[in-house]
Amino acid sequence: MKLIFNRLKYFLLLDICKGLYLTFKRIFKPSVTINYPYEKAPLSPRFRGEHALRRYPNGEERCIACKLCEAVCPALAITIEAEERDDGSRRTTKYDIDMTKCIYCGLCQEACPVDAIVQGPNYEFATETHEELIYNKEKLLDNGDRWELALQKNIDSDAPYR
Amino acid sequence: MKKVYVNDKVVSVPDTATVMQACELAGEEIPRVCYHESLSIAGNCRMCLVEVENAAKPVASCAFPVAEGMKINTKSDKVKKARKGVMEFLLINHPLDCPICDQGGECDLQDQSLYYGKSYSRFEENKRAVEDKDFGPLVKTVMTRCIHCTRCVRFLDEVAGTHELGAINRGEQMEIASVVEEGITSELSGNIIDLCPVGALTSKPYAFKARSWELIHHDTIDITDGLGSNLILDEFQGEIKRVLPRFNEDINQEWISDKSRFSYDGLDVQRLDKPFIRDDKNKLIPSDWKTSLNNVTGLLKKYKSDEIAAISGSLTDVETMFVAKELFNSLGIYNLDCRFNGSNFKINNRTDWLFNSKIIGTDKIDKLFIIGCDPKREATVLNARIRKRWLSGDLEIITLCTPNDLTYETTSLGDDVSLLSDPSFLTDIKSFFNGAKYPMIILGDSILSTVEGEKIHSIVKSLSDNCEIIRDGWNGFCVLSAYASRSGGLEIGFLPSKGGLNVKQIKKKISEKKIKLLFLIEADDFDLSDLDIKSTKIIYLGHHGDKHATKAEIILPITAFTEKKALYVNIEGRPQFTKKIIQNKGIAVDSWKIFRALADNFNLKFSYNNHEQLLNKIYKLHPEISFINQIISSEWKSFKSSSIKLKTLKSNFAVVNYYQTCPVTRASNNMANCRKRFLKKDESKFNG
Repeated sequence: MKLIFNRLKYFLLLDICKGLYLTFKRIFKPSVTINYPYEKAPLSPRFRGEHALRRYPNGEERCIACKLCEAVCPALAITIEAEERDDGSRRTTKYDIDMTKCIYCGLCQEACPVDAIVQGPNYEFATETHEELIYNKEKLLDNGDRWELALQKNIDSDAPYR
Repeated sequence: MKKVYVNDKVVSVPDTATVMQACELAGEEIPRVCYHESLSIAGNCRMCLVEVENAAKPVASCAFPVAEGMKINTKSDKVKKARKGVMEFLLINHPLDCPICDQGGECDLQDQSLYYGKSYSRFEENKRAVEDKDFGPLVKTVMTRCIHCTRCVRFLDEVAGTHELGAINRGEQMEIASVVEEGITSELSGNIIDLCPVGALTSKPYAFKARSWELIHHDTIDITDGLGSNLILDEFQGEIKRVLPRFNEDINQEWISDKSRFSYDGLDVQRLDKPFIRDDKNKLIPSDWKTSLNNVTGLLKKYKSDEIAAISGSLTDVETMFVAKELFNSLGIYNLDCRFNGSNFKINNRTDWLFNSKIIGTDKIDKLFIIGCDPKREATVLNARIRKRWLSGDLEIITLCTPNDLTYETTSLGDDVSLLSDPSFLTDIKSFFNGAKYPMIILGDSILSTVEGEKIHSIVKSLSDNCEIIRDGWNGFCVLSAYASRSGGLEIGFLPSKGGLNVKQIKKKISEKKIKLLFLIEADDFDLSDLDIKSTKIIYLGHHGDKHATKAEIILPITAFTEKKALYVNIEGRPQFTKKIIQNKGIAVDSWKIFRALADNFNLKFSYNNHEQLLNKIYKLHPEISFINQIISSEWKSFKSSSIKLKTLKSNFAVVNYYQTCPVTRASNNMANCRKRFLKKDESKFNG
C-alpha cells in the first residue's frame, strides 16, 4: 500500500506542486527584500557597528585614558598611550583601534566609565586597504562628531534598561 | 603566650599581641587602611573592626590588646555591618575618579570597597573638596582623595624623622598639610607614595604614564648607594616606568631612598650608543667597535706600562673590574684603583673595609660612634634604621666630623679630625663604650679619602681593638661607603699591586705628565678639574655622556645596570645581581666584554667566553662572593698601631648634593628638579 502511494506521489509531481504553492502564495504578499543601498533595514539602538570617540557638548573629549577598554578588549585591538595634558588632566596621546582585529563584542563601550568609546550604528566602512582600517584617535573623534546625534539617541533609548 | 579563640579556632599569641595580630596568626584577613606593620598604631580608620565577646561595641582590632581566653569573631553579621558602615563613611567624601587615579588597580580602598562597599551612594549632599598641596617635584597630591589614615604623617615622624607633615583642623575640615610650604625635603619622601592606601599621594614623574595592570615587574637591586637595596623595576613597552622597593629585612626592609626611586628617568637621556674617536680636528667622530678597539690596542702598545693607569667608578660591576684587572696585569700595568675618590688605607683582609656588623646588626646596637660620614645622604635607608633603633631607646650616639642633622640625637665631638690622635681621646671613647653589649663604630669612606685617610683607618682600627668593639660573634667595626662598586672592587682587588700607583699618586703623575694613557671606567666622579690633562689620553667607558666624556680620546659605550645581568657587592659584602630588563642602547655592550675583546687583540688566552664562565672563574678565585645574597664573614685581624699624629683637618663631610652623585642621577630630570627645589640655598656651591 505504501509503495503504491509513493509511486503515485512520484508521478503526480506532488512535492514540486507543494513547493511551488509556497512560491505562488508569496506573489500576492508584500515584498520583504529591500533596495540596499537606497533602502536600509532598521537597527537596534544596541547595534554594535563602527567605533567612535565622543565629546562633551562643550567640545572637550570624553576619553580620560583610563585604559579600561584596552584592558577588557579580548582581541587586543585597542592601543592607548596617555600623558598629562598642560592643564594637568589625564588625556590620551594615542588611541588606536585595529578594526581588523576587533571582534565587535562591545566590551569596550561596556567598560568605558565616561561613555567615550561607543560602537555606533554605522556598518558601512569597508575600505580598499588594510591600513585604512587601523583607526587613530583623530579618525575616531571625527566619527564621534559625525554620528553624535545618532549615538546620543541610542544611548538615551537604552538608558532605561541599564 | 596567651590563648585566644578566633572564630572558635584556638591560637596562642605573644602577650603583647593585638587582636589583629591574633587574627592574622589564625589566618583571618582583617581589612585595614591606617594600620601598617612598620609604623605606630593610629586606629583612626576603623576598617579593622571585629567582634569581641562581652564587648559592647565592635573593637578596632589593630589597637586592641589580646586577653587570655578572649573570643574574637571576625565573620559575624555585626562585624560585616560595622565594616560596611565604616566603608560607606570613608567613601562619602572620596571622589569616584578611580579611572584617572594612578592608584587605580592597586588601591587598598578600591579593593576593600569591593567587599564592603555599596554599589550606590546614599549621600546626596555636596562632597567636600580639598585644595592640593605642593609636596615638591616627586610627590603629586590629590588631597580630595585623602581618607586621613595619617600613614604619611607617621612615616615622616617616625621613620624619616623630618616631621614635615601634620593634620590641621578637625572632622570634615581635616587636612593633611606640610608645616612650611617647602615641599617634603626628606630623602625618603617617595615612600609615602607606597604607604598611601588611596591615590592622594602618587608619584609625580609616573603620573598617568601607565596603569598598574600593564606593568611587568622585575626584581633587581639599587646601585645609587652602597647598600644594594632591593628594588622592583616596573617596565612597560620596553621602558622603565617606575621603581618600587622590594622587601628585604636584611638590607632595606621596605624603604628606598628618593635617589633610587626617581632617578630611573636618567637611564633614557644622554646615553652613549656608539663608540666615538677623536679625529685630527679634535672632534669626536662616531665609529664602530672594530676600529675603536684597534685604536685602543694601538694606544696600549704605544705607551710603556707605567705610563698607563685605569680607574673604575661608582657604578662598575665586579665582572668588569675582574676582566680589566686580568687584562692590565697580564700587560704589566699595575696602576689600577677602584677607589676613585682617593680613599686610601692598608688592607689586611676583608674586615678592613666591610660593614662588618651587617646592616641588620644596627637593630641591636647600644653604643654608636660615627666618624666622618653623612649616613643621612650616603646611606639614607641605613640612617632610617639607626633612627628606628634610636627611637626604641637605650642607644647613645657620638659623632665626629659628621653633619648635625642626622634625624637622631647625637653628641658631637666636633669637626676636627686630629682629635682622633689626641691621647686623652682614647680613654674618653673607652669609657663611652664601657659596658656596651653591641658597640659599633661607623667609619666613613669620605674621611678615608682625605690626605690623612690611611692614618685615620689604622687609628680607628686600633681604637676598635682597644674598646673591644670586636668580640665573640660581634664585629662592630663598620666602614660606610656610598658607592655600589666599592666593595666589589676591593673584593676582587682592583687595586694597585707590585708597586703600582693608587688614585692619589696617579693624579700626581698626571700633573707631572707621566701618565700618558688613562682608562676611566665609568669614573666620572674621579676629580680631574684641577689637573692639566693635555698630555694624557683618556679612554672613556661609560653609558652616559657625563663629566669626562668630552675629554676622552676614545669613548666606548657600555650598558647601564638595567641592561645587564651584573654582580654587585654591597657594603656588607653581600653579592647580588642586577637583571637585564631593557635592550642595550645602540651598539653598546656589557663593559667586561670590551676588556675580553682587547685581550684577544693581544693574543692573551682568557679561559672564559661568556658570562657564566666568567662568573665561575670569579667564584673560584673569590669564594667569599660566590654565594649570592649571602654574607661570608671573615676573621678580624687585630691591629696595634704606634701613636700616630694627625694634622688638623676640619670638615663635617656632609654630602652637598645628595641628588646627583653618579652618571645616571646626573642625567635624571627628576633629580635635577629636586636639586633646584630642595638645595637652592646651596646652589652657589655647585659648578655644573
